[in-house]
Amino acid sequence: MLRIRCPWCGVRDEAEFRYRGDASVRRPRGDAGLAAFTDYAYVRDNPRGWHLEWWLHVGGCRRLLKVSRHTVSHAIHAVGAPDDHLPPPPDGARE
Amino acid sequence: MTGPARIANGLLTDPDRPVGFRFDGRSFLGQHGDTLASALLANGVRLVGRSFKYHRPRGVVTAGPEEPAALVEVVGPGGREPNRPATTLPLGEGLVAASQHRWPTLTFDLLSINGVFSRFLPAGFYYKTFMAPGWAWERLYEPLIRRAAGLGRLQPVAGAQAAPAETIHDHADVLVVGAGAAGLAAAHRLGTLGLRVILAEQDEVLGGGALQDARWDTWRAQMDARLRRLGSVRCLTRTCVVGAYEHGVFAALETLTPAETAAFGGLRERFRIIRAQRVLLTTGAIERLIAFAHNDLPGVMQAGAALSYLRRYGVAVGRRPAFFVNNDEAYEAAIALHAAGVEPIVVIDARAESRAAERARAQGLDVHGGAVVQEARGRGRVRAVRIVDRDGRSRELEADCLLVSGGHSPWTALASQSGASLRWDESIAAFTPALDAASGCVAGAARGCFGLARAAADGDAAARALAAGLGRSAVAVAVDPALALPEDAEVTPIAPLWEVRGRGPAFVDLQNDVTTDDVRLAHREGYEHVEHMKRFTTHGMATDQGRIGGLVGSAVLALARGLPVAQVGQPRPRPYLQPLPFAALAGSDVGAHFKPKRRLPLHDAHAAAGATFVAVGLWLRPLVYSTETGWGPVLKEARRVRRSAGVTDVSSLGKIDVQGPGAARFLDFVYANTISTLAVGRARYGIMLREDGMLFDDGTVARLGAEHFILTTTTANGAAALEHLEFHLQACCPELDVVLTDVGDQWAQFAVAGPRAREIVAAVVPGIDLANEAFPFMAAAAATIAGLAGRLFRISFSGELAYELAVPAGEATGAWRAVLEAGRPFEIAPYGLDALNTLRIEKGHVTGAELNGNTSADDLGFGRLLKKQGDFIGRTLSRRPGLAAPDRLQLVGVRPLDRTKRLRNGAQLVAPGAAGTGLGYVTSSTPCVLEDGWFGLALLAGGRQRIGQRLHAVAATHGEQIEVEIASPHRLDPKNTRVHS
Repeated sequence: MLRIRCPWCGVRDEAEFRYRGDASVRRPRGDAGLAAFTDYAYVRDNPRGWHLEWWLHVGGCRRLLKVSRHTVSHAIHAVGAPDDHLPPPPDGARE
Repeated sequence: MTGPARIANGLLTDPDRPVGFRFDGRSFLGQHGDTLASALLANGVRLVGRSFKYHRPRGVVTAGPEEPAALVEVVGPGGREPNRPATTLPLGEGLVAASQHRWPTLTFDLLSINGVFSRFLPAGFYYKTFMAPGWAWERLYEPLIRRAAGLGRLQPVAGAQAAPAETIHDHADVLVVGAGAAGLAAAHRLGTLGLRVILAEQDEVLGGGALQDARWDTWRAQMDARLRRLGSVRCLTRTCVVGAYEHGVFAALETLTPAETAAFGGLRERFRIIRAQRVLLTTGAIERLIAFAHNDLPGVMQAGAALSYLRRYGVAVGRRPAFFVNNDEAYEAAIALHAAGVEPIVVIDARAESRAAERARAQGLDVHGGAVVQEARGRGRVRAVRIVDRDGRSRELEADCLLVSGGHSPWTALASQSGASLRWDESIAAFTPALDAASGCVAGAARGCFGLARAAADGDAAARALAAGLGRSAVAVAVDPALALPEDAEVTPIAPLWEVRGRGPAFVDLQNDVTTDDVRLAHREGYEHVEHMKRFTTHGMATDQGRIGGLVGSAVLALARGLPVAQVGQPRPRPYLQPLPFAALAGSDVGAHFKPKRRLPLHDAHAAAGATFVAVGLWLRPLVYSTETGWGPVLKEARRVRRSAGVTDVSSLGKIDVQGPGAARFLDFVYANTISTLAVGRARYGIMLREDGMLFDDGTVARLGAEHFILTTTTANGAAALEHLEFHLQACCPELDVVLTDVGDQWAQFAVAGPRAREIVAAVVPGIDLANEAFPFMAAAAATIAGLAGRLFRISFSGELAYELAVPAGEATGAWRAVLEAGRPFEIAPYGLDALNTLRIEKGHVTGAELNGNTSADDLGFGRLLKKQGDFIGRTLSRRPGLAAPDRLQLVGVRPLDRTKRLRNGAQLVAPGAAGTGLGYVTSSTPCVLEDGWFGLALLAGGRQRIGQRLHAVAATHGEQIEVEIASPHRLDPKNTRVHS
């Protein structure tokens, strides 16, 4: 079980959050066309390593958090608001 | 007498408190403090079970939770509980236990013939053999195999008799796992530095390896007393940490003593979820076996276990023991047994010379250096051992037990689960773990620091480092001279020895009957990776997770592959590290507490009106106001609505309040139809799509002010819709100033429906002109309802003239009563979910059965609602040509031609005489309210083009096939005159 440090509520169990997918993907403009929206709806990277993700604190403050999580170790190195620029992941990221 | 093999007083046993128990029908006496295993050994019982696959005789092998062989069934008044290790089963007065896997009796087991044919039952046998014919598996092979194998028989205790369990959430700065020398020293240090510590020990007492050495008794007792005085350290004994998870979360099972169980109302276990900033793993090391022929014969035990039985319970496991060792640590057992008066003792050491051998010889033990045991001999128990001397001569030595030590492997399971990397340490011939400093560290024997004094010092050092990392400096604390540590003996290093090849099966996994030949077979068949070998042979997959033989299996595989063990590795043991009762995992979340029940604000009023409730998600909703089954009472409720008036509770619908300058724009984005053009005081039906273009949810949107809207969602999607809106507001529209508030629990809402609804509502909502022109269909307004500040909506789900009245949830009963009172002249009555469904199906309104995640707006006839201008969620992908293909499943109505025939949900629609797959299926069906016969909604391929056609509705599960006519889904009042009346 992950423990996520919500900037508004403090450290909380994963059970309070809902995973909302890849936070590096942005919704295209409305007129971007079929190919752009197909990518947005269906195509995702599946990285081994650091991954930027959306977590919605549904069981708490209901704020949407941007979380940088390692997909192998599950380490979380930064959490922020949707428009925050998170610090880059540490060098020599753990495999 | 508490057994002829009881030669001394044990640390844990009380000779003045004899305990009677039964095993396989025979009565015995043990002592208070015994385990079942120690009591059986004290009574000279060697044979305690049969093995899983070959039904070979088995005895006690270890003295702890690593036990692979001595698994028994405990028979209690409430049921039978299988697979309890006798080595950890406390002996309670009147305990009744039985051996497993034997048929018909333990000593005469017909299925031990499997052992004779074992060459035909190799690893992978089941996968290869029971292949054909297909029917034979279920009827022949499986029942036979289950009789032959089977890990005991579970006879669960049901209902109120089931033993209760509870879940505890624990928090600590540091979790210390294992209270041996390292763990005790570490917990003491951390505690004195003011850190909150949980010390979890699976044993019933603290001490671990320090319990094995009398010189450590004083230190152990002092530490125990000091820890209990330190307020910041909690010592949990009988608590096994069974799993390590991310971010410092651990699962542990605490087993209560019989006295605690009695004090806590029958509570037997606590499942603990421990959250810790750091973990210190002082889990010690486990003695491993050596593979040689018949190394599973009763009487072949671990050397350390012999020491445990002597120290803890005063039991000598044999009168004439032989030891087979390759390391110095194992000599402690031999020397202790000798000192207790057991002789002659012979030690066969694979190494030519060692310091421990010198010490043993000096005390009169017979040590054969440079020799190995090739075979344990005897029928049903050890009578002799065949050894090969250093000069290669083979001979037999008399012995009544053989005590084996192949070295000690750090127990790395929790470290592996915590993400530790494993490194091969040649000096101990085992893997040692290293943890990331952010999660914690490993200390003592668990990282290969053998020797009690070394381990204690290592634990202390690890504790200081952890404390420093947590901001607690250890400089000022001096070592207490009272806690001086006895010195460790000098040792000669281990000489790795995994297998002695001979004639006869050599086991690496006693519980799953896996031999070294099975491991080599796995290799020959291409299962070279250690994880593949594990799955092919089932080595390490039993309840003991291969604690004593796991590394030996890896080493045998390594030899077959011609690689060092370091490169082959060992399989990762997954949680849980010991068997857990499901009852412990469930905790108190059983029966009525399995999930919460959501009661409507008007629940009591419904119950008083005689409602039968139905669970809809978590909600309890009135199904029908009658205890009678069948359609009679439902249709009575529905007819009253069609003819006069009824009232129904719709409070379970999700209600979301949307406010802010950006509210209208935001709703235009999340709804597929236009919301911003809605006038204040008006409501609109709205549909939401997912980004992939499929329908997500529907409901009404009412505009209460220029910047204030209230939405309803379906009951099932209340939480999901709020999440959907929050996500899109924050991720896609951060520039909009909008606040979403879940007001689902704040408002009770009920619908008054029927031709007489206006008169009734007028009586409880004074001050609003309800005339059609003043308050038309889809009007919305703040209103005083039966004296309460509420809201009035003219919306309809039933197809009738209808109003929905929203009032504060806490005061809803008064308004509900006022409506019933005002409706009395019109014979108003409440109607339930069944009648609500009946009414909406006739009207062609969709619900979860049609909004099933696979339907598009066009499929359900909402295509024209999609706005032409502006962006909205799902806009682009809903225009994919495939989603408007003419052969998609489209919503239609279905009416059986024979008015006496019923329609079934899920019935397949097929063309008359056609074979193959159907053209669609019935999603909702109901008897008609005012006419004979049934009507239903269906999703039908190219359905709108088929209106007027005749198809067959086939309900194969009921053996029914009826002729139906395809119709518009809007059977009732397609021109909407009733809702506008």
